[in-house]
Amino acid sequence: MALIANDDSNAVVIIGSGAGGGTLAHELTRRGIRVVLLEAGARQSLATFSQSPGEAFAQLTWLDRRTSTGSWTVPQDFPGMPSWTCKTVGGTTVHWTGATPRLRDWELRARTTYGEVNGTSLIDWPIEYAELEHYYELAEQRMVVTRRHGNPGLPASNHFKVMYNGAKRIGYKHVHTGYMAINSRPADDRGFCIQQGFCIQGCKTGAKWSTLYTEIPRAEATGNLDLRAQSRAVRVEHGNDGRVTGVVYRDSQGREQRQKARVVCVACNSVETTRLLLLSESARFPHGLANSTDQVGRHFCHHVAGFIWGAFDKPIHFYRGTTLAGLIEDETKHDPSRGFSGGYHLELAALDLPSLPLAGFPSTLWGRDLAFFMDHYASLAGMLINGEDLPRATNRITLNQDVKDTFGLPVANIHSDEHPNDMAMRTHAQRQGRALYESVGALRTTTSRQTPATHNLCTARMSKDPRDGVTNAYGRAHDVPNLFISDGSVLTTPGSANPTLTIVALTLRQAKHIAREMNARNL
Amino acid sequence: MDTNDSPAGRFIQRRQFVVTSAVVPGLWWVGVPLGWIATARATDGELKILTPEQAAILTAVARTIAPHDGLPDQAYRSVVTAIDQAAADAPTYTTLNSGLNHLGKRFASDSEQQRVRTLKSLEHSEFFRLLRSNTLQTLYSSALAYSHFGYEGEAFSKGGYLSRGFNDLTWLPDVPLEDSGPVPGQEP
Repeated sequence: MALIANDDSNAVVIIGSGAGGGTLAHELTRRGIRVVLLEAGARQSLATFSQSPGEAFAQLTWLDRRTSTGSWTVPQDFPGMPSWTCKTVGGTTVHWTGATPRLRDWELRARTTYGEVNGTSLIDWPIEYAELEHYYELAEQRMVVTRRHGNPGLPASNHFKVMYNGAKRIGYKHVHTGYMAINSRPADDRGFCIQQGFCIQGCKTGAKWSTLYTEIPRAEATGNLDLRAQSRAVRVEHGNDGRVTGVVYRDSQGREQRQKARVVCVACNSVETTRLLLLSESARFPHGLANSTDQVGRHFCHHVAGFIWGAFDKPIHFYRGTTLAGLIEDETKHDPSRGFSGGYHLELAALDLPSLPLAGFPSTLWGRDLAFFMDHYASLAGMLINGEDLPRATNRITLNQDVKDTFGLPVANIHSDEHPNDMAMRTHAQRQGRALYESVGALRTTTSRQTPATHNLCTARMSKDPRDGVTNAYGRAHDVPNLFISDGSVLTTPGSANPTLTIVALTLRQAKHIAREMNARNL
Repeated sequence: MDTNDSPAGRFIQRRQFVVTSAVVPGLWWVGVPLGWIATARATDGELKILTPEQAAILTAVARTIAPHDGLPDQAYRSVVTAIDQAAADAPTYTTLNSGLNHLGKRFASDSEQQRVRTLKSLEHSEFFRLLRSNTLQTLYSSALAYSHFGYEGEAFSKGGYLSRGFNDLTWLPDVPLEDSGPVPGQEP
């Protein structure tokens, strides 16, 4: 592990150690670039991961205050937690479920494919699928994704058997245990999945890919990484020339520190990335860093996400087994005859007993209806909808000046109004999901509303035209030549795929670009 | 710290009903104080703040929100204990107290149908949200609940569910290998 001086202006500073930041740190350090990696959370390990659902939640989750507004149901159902992300070394790759489907080529051309959709701010990606595909392959090999590159799929659990048989009965063709960055056999110096059902709590065998025990220790082994945990960035600074010069952060003791930088990469997950850019306002950037076109924080997407539950009269024990190892791909298409643009995935999803009523059900479910589903806990089956929501300029993350954090800084407010397209997609997916369970004998089915956003996307989106987004095709800020965004914020549109694979693929591409530009002294 | 910095008040800001930057686990999902851990420790000890009369109304509320006929009273008493702890926060107590006064003593002896009707009319109130979320987070996180509802909990210490029933379902056909994968240790 390297020790980099605070006044070393040759360092690259990366803020956030999740899928984007952790991977970028490894990719730069292995090329000989010295990196300071700032992470707001503490460092856990396979040994310290708690096996109590409540404790694990407290151990890993970003619990600092955020507020939410808008017509989406999240402010009603989850007023304390509009977004569910992590605050720990490894970021959300510690609690993610390992699902790694790819975006489809037409999803990168959303504006062209869907045409003009009223009330949206759709644009096409500035990257062709053919180019992204190369990085998808590299990312899948790196993360050891099942059902890709000769890696066997995960075995079918009881829970998946129910989903599979239902899916086949209602006519779906493309149903399997998913593309999962979870080892189906030992690989990459990591263990294999022993079907614990504790994917969300931190994987104690390390079967699930996380930067915590892959990219980060490998970056440390290069001797070029200075990882600073419990260090919260509060401001990115710039010089008179408009180039960023360093990052102000609070260390584990709450003391203000200032790390100089040659390049700054922000990878704090969309909500905090937006907040940090907006907090970094200055005379030169009065509306926030990289925000001359008023695009930072806009076009917030979170996927059309929600649970579908089926209660049966025979045992399933859905908590036994890989939480999300089941995928239906048939609805991942653009077929306007369904009444909406874009597609969705249906994914297997189980929740532990304490979390089910809190995270899995809407606040309107109580009384005998709630009791019925809880009484059927051992014979319950569940799926998660993961669909493309359409970007709207008015769906945005802003600073809430009325609510301050422990440092006295305004917290993020997440505003989202559902587009009619999102509602039509949700209704379709819920109908399909219920039909699926009914086809295999469900006694009753029910659905949740929108879940707290784990997929926070598009708020610093890549665009050809700086008027349409915040970053270029490499995730570099249009406004600032040595400022990069390295997380899900840069996705131009969300598509229907869980975003981690795409974030890693884009990061691999970005790392190569940064190293090349640094070597050429362009950075 | 945040503006509201009393010991328990740290966790909650009243009007918006969202949680502040808390330092111990809390029910962030739904924005009330008291965490899974805190409530996991809750026992049906002596109540510090609530009166026996209030406790009786709250037990009836919890039984209305999550009516499990087979679940012993002890489980519902732990909800009341959790709410009693939450009531140490003065604004929470105010919400509780005025809500309980509104329900009145009679609530505890009303029919379930009547209790549902009463609570339905309060569904969007802060009082109801406080009680619903406290009930749900307390009721289903105890060892008693695990065993009652059939949740086996963590399995890492026992080698996962790999050889303990993750694929023992027999009432539906098996999944072909091409759509799943080999069970480790049982590869063809």
